[in-house]
This record gives sequence, C-alpha cells and structure tokens, in this order.
Amino acid sequence: MTAARSASGRGAARRRALNARAIFAGPGLLFITLFMTIPVVLVLVYSFFQRGRFGGVVWEFTLENYARAFEPVYVNVFTESLLIAGTTTVLALLIGYPTAYAIARLPQKWRTIALVLVVLPFWTNFLIRTYAWIVLLNSEGLLNRALVDIGFISAPLGLLYTPGAVIVGLLYAYIPLVILPVYASVERLDRQLLEAASNLGASRARVFFDITLPLTLPGAMIGAIFVFVPSMGNFVVPELLGGGKTVMVGNLIRDQFLETRDWPFGAVLALFVIALLVLLFALQAYISRRINGRTARA
Amino acid sequence: MTNLLTIAHVSKAYGSVVALDDVSIDIAANEFFALLGPSGCGKTTLLRAIAGFEDPDAGTITMTDNTPTANPPTTIDLLALPPNKRPVNLMFQSYALFPHMNVRTNIAYGLEREGLPAAEITQRVDEVLEIVALTDKATARPQQLSGGQKQRVALARAIVKRPKLLLLDEPLSALDRKVRAEMQIELKRLQHEVGITFVVVTHDQEEAMSMADRIAVMHEGRVQQVADPITLYSKPANVFVADFIGSGTLICGTVTASGFDALGTRLPAPTTTTTGSAVLLLRPENVTLTTDPHHAPLRGTVVETHFYGGSSTTSIAVPGLDAPVIASHAGAPTVHAGAEVGITWDPTGAVVIPG
Ligand SMILES: Nc1ncnc2c1ncn2[C@@H]1O[C@H](COP(=O)(O)OP(=O)(O)OP(=O)(O)O)[C@@H](O)[C@H]1O
Ligand SMILES: [Mg+2]
Repeated sequence: MTAARSASGRGAARRRALNARAIFAGPGLLFITLFMTIPVVLVLVYSFFQRGRFGGVVWEFTLENYARAFEPVYVNVFTESLLIAGTTTVLALLIGYPTAYAIARLPQKWRTIALVLVVLPFWTNFLIRTYAWIVLLNSEGLLNRALVDIGFISAPLGLLYTPGAVIVGLLYAYIPLVILPVYASVERLDRQLLEAASNLGASRARVFFDITLPLTLPGAMIGAIFVFVPSMGNFVVPELLGGGKTVMVGNLIRDQFLETRDWPFGAVLALFVIALLVLLFALQAYISRRINGRTARA
Repeated sequence: MTNLLTIAHVSKAYGSVVALDDVSIDIAANEFFALLGPSGCGKTTLLRAIAGFEDPDAGTITMTDNTPTANPPTTIDLLALPPNKRPVNLMFQSYALFPHMNVRTNIAYGLEREGLPAAEITQRVDEVLEIVALTDKATARPQQLSGGQKQRVALARAIVKRPKLLLLDEPLSALDRKVRAEMQIELKRLQHEVGITFVVVTHDQEEAMSMADRIAVMHEGRVQQVADPITLYSKPANVFVADFIGSGTLICGTVTASGFDALGTRLPAPTTTTTGSAVLLLRPENVTLTTDPHHAPLRGTVVETHFYGGSSTTSIAVPGLDAPVIASHAGAPTVHAGAEVGITWDPTGAVVIPG
C-alpha cells in the first residue's frame, strides 16, 4: 500500500521533471525541428528521386544518384577534400592547441583580452577576409614582393591558386574554432591533478601526456570536428584561393543545386557529408566517455 | 633522534593574506607529527610548500638523509628540487584522483614513475588495496566511489610509494569511526614497520592526541606551540593553545607577588615567577564541586549536567565569567540544575599563562 503510493509519487515527480525539461528545451527543439530536422529529411527524400529539368525533383524512385556518387570523378573530389580538410585540421590542432593552452595559463585579465583577439576576425565579413589573402598571396602580392625585395627569391612564387593557399585560407578561417573548445577544457582542468602527478614522480612532459592531454582530448576533438566539417563544406575558399583548380565537396554540392540543377545528386553528396559529421561526433562521444568514465556527468 | 625535516623561518603571503608567518619546525626521523589548527591557519599551505607546490617568500626547508648508506648524513635543500624530484609524497585534501584512470592505475601511477618491475607494482598495489579495503573496487573509476572510498584511494596512492616523508592533508576526515580506527592503526604500523615519517593535518584533536608523537598548533600562519600531546594539554604556551586544545575554563586576572587575583578575590594557583596580567586555566577534570559555596574560592549556579555513561560534566555559571566553568568527574551527576555550588581545584593542576 505504502510502496504503491510512494511509487506513484515518484512517477509524478518524474513527470513534473519531464514537463519542466520540455519547457526549457522547447524553443531549442522548435528551432532544431524547423531548421535542421526538416531540411535533413527533405534532403534524404530528394536523394531517392530523379532530377527535375530546372531543379526540383521528379517523383520517380531511383538509386541512380547513389551509384553516381561512386564514380571516380566524385570519389577523387571526396579524397582531395578529405586530404585538404584533414591537413587543415591537423595544422589547426598543432597551432591551436598550444595557443589555447597558453591562453588558459595567462593571468585572468589577460585571458579575456587574448580570447577577444582570437575571435576578432569573426567581426569582419568572411569574403573580405578571404580576399585579403589574395592580396597577400598573388604574384604581385605583399608576400611575394617582400620576398623578392629582400632578395630571398628572384621571381615571385605561384602561391595563389594552389591547394596550399586553400589550406591557409581554411586554417585562417576556422582556427578560432579549435582554440575556443581547447581553451575551455584546459581552463576546466583541475590543477591539483597535475600537481598530484608531479608529486608521484612524473616529469613535466609526463604530466602533460599522462594527465593534461587525455583530459583535454574531448575538447580538442570537438575543435577538430568544428574545423574539419566546415572545411569539407566550404566552397568560397577553394574558389577564391584555389582558383577553381581545387574542387572540394562543398563546391560540388553548391554546383549541383545552383548550376547543374541536379538537386537529388546534390542531396546525396550532402548526405555523405552529414553522415561523416554524425560519425565523427559519435567517435568523439565514445572517446570522451572512455576518458571520463561511464557515470561522469557532462 | 636525528632531524629528518627542518623548516626554518618559512613565510608565505597571498596578497595581503599571510598564510605562513615565520614558521620553524624540526621533524625527527620516524616521527608521527601532527599539524593542528583552525580552518585557514596555513596547514595546507605548509604541506604544499614542503611538497614543492608553493614557493615560500622566505625561509628554508631542508631534509637530512641519514640512512646508513648516506654516511656522513647529507642535507638536501628541498626548495631547490622540482616537486617530482622531492622524496616526499603528499595526499591532497581534495584527493586529486585521476578521473581517467581506475583505482588500480591511480595507485600504481607513482610506482610506474619509479620504473619498478610490473610484477612488483602489481604486488604492492594489491597489498595496499587490501590495507584500505578496496580490493573489490580496483577497476572502478573515482567518479563511481563514495567520498570515504575516494579518500582511501588517495591515502593508498600516497602510502604505496613508501617515501621517507609522507604528508597527509586530512587523511581520515571522511571515514566513519570504525574504518577510521582501522586506518589509524595502519598508519601507526607503517610508521613503525616501514619507518615512514608522517606529517599529518587533522581537524580531529583526539586523533592528533592519540596518534601523534608531537603536535604543532598553528593559528593565523604562526606556530603557537610545538610539543608532545601531554605537554600541550597540561602546559599550553599561550591562551590560544589553552583555549584550542581540550576544554576548560579561562579566568583573566593578575599575578601578584603573593598569588593570583581575579574576580575580586584571591584564587588558588601554582606559584609563578613572573607577575602581571595572566590567565588561569582550569581543566574540567581538575575541578571539584562542593555543597558548601561559602568556603570555596568560587561559587555559582549549576546550568546543566551531562551524563556520558562512565562520566558526567557539569556547567556552572559564575558571576563575572563570560563562559560557564566546566567540571567533569566519574559516575553520574551529583548536582541538579539550579543548585548553588562551590568550586574548588587543585592549584598544582591549574595553569597560569602570562598574557
Ligand atoms: N592560492 C591561494 N590564493 C590566495 N589565498 C590563499 C591561497 N591558498 C591559500 N590561501 C589563503 O591562505 C590561508 C591558509 O590557507 P590553507 O589552505 O593553508 O589553510 P588550512 O589551514 O589548510 O585550512 P583548512 O583547515 O580549512 O584546510 C587562508 O586564509 C587561505 O584563504
Ligand atoms: Mg587545508
């Protein structure tokens, strides 16, 4: 009797907690449904039908779009995109991690200033920032001219319109996205853990590799995903700095929707990128759970 | 006995907060040394300075290696060594367990840094897991443990190293009475069998009294007195120690050539050489109640009585004193609240503290 009553009491409490959660999560859920779930479902649906002549779809089921994605032309674009986005991500981690680590170790008042400096470029238009790189990198550009003037090179280098230029552009665009999550995880790290390791006989390098790195790895992985995924999808940088010679998945998808008007095929390509994103986040979640232990709260 | 650790004139300030103020303590080899004092008096700061995580503003901390192999004994300047090179292990007040390692790997971490063979590490970790009764939790992560279990892992991680000097910051505070008693026995065993020197911070006076060979009482960053438990209790060096250690009644007065004057009367007190204002300390067990108030040095009204089974205490309000006088004796209470009683004591058992 008593047990039954208390059990139903618990049920009511749980319902109330659920209601409260629904109220708080409501606006976010609505937003995600409208602007994320519905578009993704649309893309999924489109991918199984035939292209319309002027865009849109003809409602005739086909798997042709998926088969086409595995043609060598497209596989090559994917491989090159993976290479460029991968290189960008590795470089972003190599530069961003130490930067974030250093910022997190600054005195409090300098930290805020450093973080503002990190996100400052976001305040100017992305296109303008990318154009600035053209000014810097072209054969008459600042970099080449400076190198020629100091006599380091005799003729201007072909810096612009190379995969290297694309990587530099992407790196520049997305590096704050590595710095911010790494900064957050380094800052959250309990200093006493580092002291404890040191007290138990670990050298500075060992403390870093045994304690700091594993405990900041989830943050670094988030940063890596934040750089990798938009790098795959970016089409402005490959076009402006790659000069159209470097075609990435982003360009391909854009072209399917806006130029060749093959929406279903564009949808398939977009789905591949989305699948990659989901996979990467799953991997991140798995590793972060391994590091923090199963019962750890987020 | 030879000195193992010499702390000389160590000071440390955080901005305007003085955490350590000219602290000098000598700790003998194989001693069980306790640091006692109110919250914020600098105990943790002192341990962290010894372990190398705080740089003192002034002073020296040296360690003497007097193992038979070191002949003549060599003195090492601890402050010149980085934390990972100091032959000292610290158990952190907040435990600082590695969240990404399980209990066993947490405990093994220090032994692995010494480069010991894997078999020896396993054996020593197994031993210490047994000691702290956590064998069945060996593969659990710290987040899955209770507070007391975490504390025992932290203790195990420090003692498994068997360092010359073990610094324990509140090692037993989260344990229940039974486990705590077991751990106390275990620590004393390590002291005697393995020959480890302990510096232990505790809030628990009884624990300090019963376990420590000597105790340093600290207050606002300063060492008030360093003494063995009996001396600390019976001959407190100042009013702070008298008040902080044990219970008792403090009566402010004046020492004159002929005796101790307070509350407008002459009180029985041990004879002292220095005259001037002073405080008389009466320990409860030294106070006797009489039913004849008029022939006693002090008289008052019984406020309340407590019976603890084997003994009882009585609080007596005395006009002119802020706090009641506490008397304790064996057996059940002999008086009732409201009764007028006389208060007497053995003058040789009372303490006069100048100040
Ligand atoms: N990093 C720090 N920055 C500023 N002040 C500090 C710092 N560490 C300690 N203090 C101050 O120094 C004083 C001594 O602190 P400490 O931690 O040594 O006290 P404690 O005796 O260990 O206290 P408890 O018994 O509560 O653990 C306190 O007033 C504390 O506020
Ligand atoms: Mg403390």
